[in-house]
Amino acid sequence: MRLSLRDLRAQVVAAPRLDVAAGECVAVMGASGSGKSRLLRAIVDLDPNEGQVGLDGRSRGTFAAPDWRHAVAYVPAESGWWDERVAPHFPDGRLSAAGLAALGLPAAAGQWLVARLSTGERQRLALLRALAREPKVLLLDEPTSGLDGEGTAKVEALLREELERGVSILMVTHDPAQADRLTQRRFRMEKGVLQEEPRHEAAAS
Amino acid sequence: MSGYIQLSVLDLVLASGLLLAATLASLLLQLGLARQIVWAAVRMTAQLLLIGLLLKLIFAITAPWLTALVIVAMALLAGYEVRQRQANRLAGWWSYGLGASTMLLVGPLMTVLAVTAFVQPEPWYDPRYAIPMVGMILGNAMTGVSLGLDTLTSAMKRDVAAVEARLLLGGTRWEACRPIVRKAMRSGMMPIINAMMATGVIALPGMMTGQILAGVDPEEAVRYQLLIMFMIAGATSLGVVLAVIGGTWRLTDERHRLRLDRLTEAKAS
Repeated sequence: MRLSLRDLRAQVVAAPRLDVAAGECVAVMGASGSGKSRLLRAIVDLDPNEGQVGLDGRSRGTFAAPDWRHAVAYVPAESGWWDERVAPHFPDGRLSAAGLAALGLPAAAGQWLVARLSTGERQRLALLRALAREPKVLLLDEPTSGLDGEGTAKVEALLREELERGVSILMVTHDPAQADRLTQRRFRMEKGVLQEEPRHEAAAS
Repeated sequence: MSGYIQLSVLDLVLASGLLLAATLASLLLQLGLARQIVWAAVRMTAQLLLIGLLLKLIFAITAPWLTALVIVAMALLAGYEVRQRQANRLAGWWSYGLGASTMLLVGPLMTVLAVTAFVQPEPWYDPRYAIPMVGMILGNAMTGVSLGLDTLTSAMKRDVAAVEARLLLGGTRWEACRPIVRKAMRSGMMPIINAMMATGVIALPGMMTGQILAGVDPEEAVRYQLLIMFMIAGATSLGVVLAVIGGTWRLTDERHRLRLDRLTEAKAS
């Protein structure tokens, strides 16, 4: 199993059991404030937490935290930026032209000022920034919340490419249609506890 | 010490008459400061008379253990002052411990260096040299360390998203905090750098002025002042670097997380 959680507990959240296979996308749904983002933070080890987390059968504790986050990338809903311009946030300051084109951004986006970015531009660039480090697992928190229909379709197409390459995705989304388009399995976060939803007919067939 | 003029009690009483004028002005202009002026003057007089007596006693005894005791007590007080100046404090023992241990290290270290390598009084622990020096060193290092730590904690709080973004992209805690650490160290060093720039042009340092008043040749007084400024600058930079690194270490953990839960807001007193 690519990513596996057993009895993960952090402040106000718990995930008794979750497995995501290589190339699989799993959705996490649930009301705002139910702890979905905290769960992703716990998986990536950004908040203190207990329990077993493994990647390809190897326990998280055997990774140095920076190595773990290279392999398991979390893209929060609100991205943080530390430099004035976009390019320094990418490895070697270089943005992939193909990635930019796939998300409908111009090749000059690297020279843009972070402060001038729109919500949608920030969101797409934050995703590219994470993908540039070639993670094995992507933890996405509402990756298309700031995008219109066309932008959403482009992001989903890019995510499908990643899935085909064997990357696993755990995605928090409020949009059931998006979950239908990308995932076979859904989990629901309720009062801080993560439970798998029974497969509904459409997905099972 | 030729040309040293003693002050009589009468001189002081007459000089304090100036405060009487200030108090009267406050009453006439209804500034509401009369009580505070009188209280501050009384406090200052009592504190200085006491410390004069205490220093006289300490100088008369001139024992290494006593000098050491006074220096440790001063360093601990400076550590307490560092804590009082923080808007955000490290939780628990650290709120006091980080500043106090920094002061306990740099104060005595620089003072011992000054009296053994440079000033070389006989005996080297002569409190007449060691105690005024440690006072000046601690006072300045304290300002730098307070500023450095205050900048560190407030910037960590403000730039959480940027720091966590770096951590999330696989940066170590030191990589993620580097811009903040630099900023904190710079702001801690600023006062002493500015003081060095202004010394002798805008401000005549108190110690040098005091030595000149006591009849020391100005050239000699300048040499002492330079020595003490180098000591102060050394103590401040060492203290700021240690405290900021210590604070960063405490505000992050071995799994490279930002631990703002280890920060508490100081209650407005």
